[in-house]
Amino acid sequence: MKIPLRSRRTLTRLTRDTSFLALGIPLHLLTGFLLFMIFGLGVDVIMGVGSDEPVVLGFALVLTVFSTPALTAAQRWRFRRLLGIDIPRPVWRRQQRSFGYHCLVGALLGGLEVLLLSLLLTGVAAATVYVWLWAVPWQWRVGHPGYSTQAFYVTLAGLAALAAVPALAAALVRLETHLGPALLGPDPSEDLERRVADLTESRAGAVDAADAERRRIERDLHDGAQQRLVSLALNLGLAKATLTQLPPEAREVIDAAHREAKDAIEELNNLVRGLHPAVLDERGLDAALSGLAARAPLPVRLRVDLPPELSRLATPAVEAVAYFVVSEALTNVAKHAREATRAEVTVTRLGGILRVVIADDGVGGAEPSKGTGLTGLAQRVRSVDGTFRMSSPVGGPTMMSVELPCMR
Amino acid sequence: MHEVSPGTDEGSPGTKAAVRRAVIAEDSVLLRIGLVKVLEMAGFEVVAETGEAQGLLAAVAEHRPDIALVDVRMPPGFTDEGVRAALSIRQQWPATAVLLLSQYVEERYAADLLAANTSGVGYLLKQRVADVEEFIEALRRVAAGGTALDPQVVAQLLVRRPSDPLERLTAREREVLALMAEGRSNAGIAAQLVVSESAVAKHINNILAKLDLPKADADHRRVLAVLRFMGMGE
Repeated sequence: MKIPLRSRRTLTRLTRDTSFLALGIPLHLLTGFLLFMIFGLGVDVIMGVGSDEPVVLGFALVLTVFSTPALTAAQRWRFRRLLGIDIPRPVWRRQQRSFGYHCLVGALLGGLEVLLLSLLLTGVAAATVYVWLWAVPWQWRVGHPGYSTQAFYVTLAGLAALAAVPALAAALVRLETHLGPALLGPDPSEDLERRVADLTESRAGAVDAADAERRRIERDLHDGAQQRLVSLALNLGLAKATLTQLPPEAREVIDAAHREAKDAIEELNNLVRGLHPAVLDERGLDAALSGLAARAPLPVRLRVDLPPELSRLATPAVEAVAYFVVSEALTNVAKHAREATRAEVTVTRLGGILRVVIADDGVGGAEPSKGTGLTGLAQRVRSVDGTFRMSSPVGGPTMMSVELPCMR
Repeated sequence: MHEVSPGTDEGSPGTKAAVRRAVIAEDSVLLRIGLVKVLEMAGFEVVAETGEAQGLLAAVAEHRPDIALVDVRMPPGFTDEGVRAALSIRQQWPATAVLLLSQYVEERYAADLLAANTSGVGYLLKQRVADVEEFIEALRRVAAGGTALDPQVVAQLLVRRPSDPLERLTAREREVLALMAEGRSNAGIAAQLVVSESAVAKHINNILAKLDLPKADADHRRVLAVLRFMGMGE
């Protein structure tokens, strides 16, 4: 038998809706039943009937309160399983809202569900009255020959009811899908709040992971490539010092290799130094900055003004960002700041803010939007909720100011 | 040998003729082999090699060497173990000179190291060993009770100075000051800058005058003076 697509869809939806509603009845009416019991017991207690009622009443109350999470879980399952609607797990302090759902809204919805299912069942029964009429005992049937006319009306009424059921069921399901997620799930602001908390946490995790990765790379390079290069340069140096008998061409080759090896060490050192120096963990930001400032190819004046007893007030992640800011900024000054003859790095603390200012006396005109160095720098500053400002008017001077929150 | 000796009272261990004995603490085996070669070339006898700080202290206690070559980052923590070991060597066995080697130099470690006594101390970048002859010179200087500071350390110290007094110096005088801070003698500075020794002496007199420092002739005293000027001395 071929059922038209539309009817098939309607039928599928009706099946889904009715099973959703039918399943709602026990879940919705259970709390109603519990409340009814509590009410009854409460009346008994007030009237002074029975001696163990207070115990039972307390037990019923506790049961009602504690059944809330279980009922909520069951409702979430019902929505997910039958409607494909995922209600996020509510937070514990919003339980009273779901309690309200189970006790008040639930009872109402349960009633509507019962009505709708009754309508469906009576509809089916009425529409098929001719089918089962013969089975009804003779004396119960309508007692005169006109009964078939009445049965005809009953059939019509049944068909009308059946025709109305899909729309009513859909409406009721719609009502439930409004009420259920709104009352059982977290509310939108709470949802946002939780999302912000989640994101903050995961971002901090990502920042820490990136720091740990930098430390690991620094350590690997230190123990591996850097030692090998030094050893290579040392052996070439030994060759240079001892093999004095060699022809000049050979000596030149050794000389060149020796120079290359030393340059490679220098380059690698500069690169690794920008990652995460061990001294940053050991002695803090102040100590780590000396190395950066001294390595810069132009004179840098460094002024760090942190109270010594509070010099480790920032988290390692914030210190790492401050270090990176100075490192990148000085690299940038050396690379791009035209006609810069000197730079100045100032680190101060204003309340809970670590302020890093890097200034140079170049001709200015730096654009944060151009050049990936500054973009990366700004991003890294934002990763710890810092602010990044830059002023570089044409003609100079250029000043970069970074503020990092550093309350532990 | 063109020896740059302070030639003063600072008890230079052993006589010039005696073979000087050295201990090496370096966790990279590759580099340790190279360092042994360099030390032997410089006429030192390597009496012990170790890869970590505890072993170093034990070796120094046992052998009482003239000099200990110490890597800063060693097991177990790979941070500043070498610096801490060097400090306790200097405290317990003052006759043993210490030359710290490190991939990076940090002025804080230099400050710790130089806080008590600037004789028989060196702090150099590892890569300096590649310039074998210069390194050997620094090695001998430190073993003889002198000082050897890496130019990088000196540069880091200068970065911290409020610049006013330094700005009174000419570029050449700054160069001379940096070389003084590294622990070099007049002859060493003259050779480095390719000028005459008398020119160097004149520069130094100018520097000392401009910085209001007392005149002094012994190398380590000059270093002390320079360091004091840089705000690191006592």
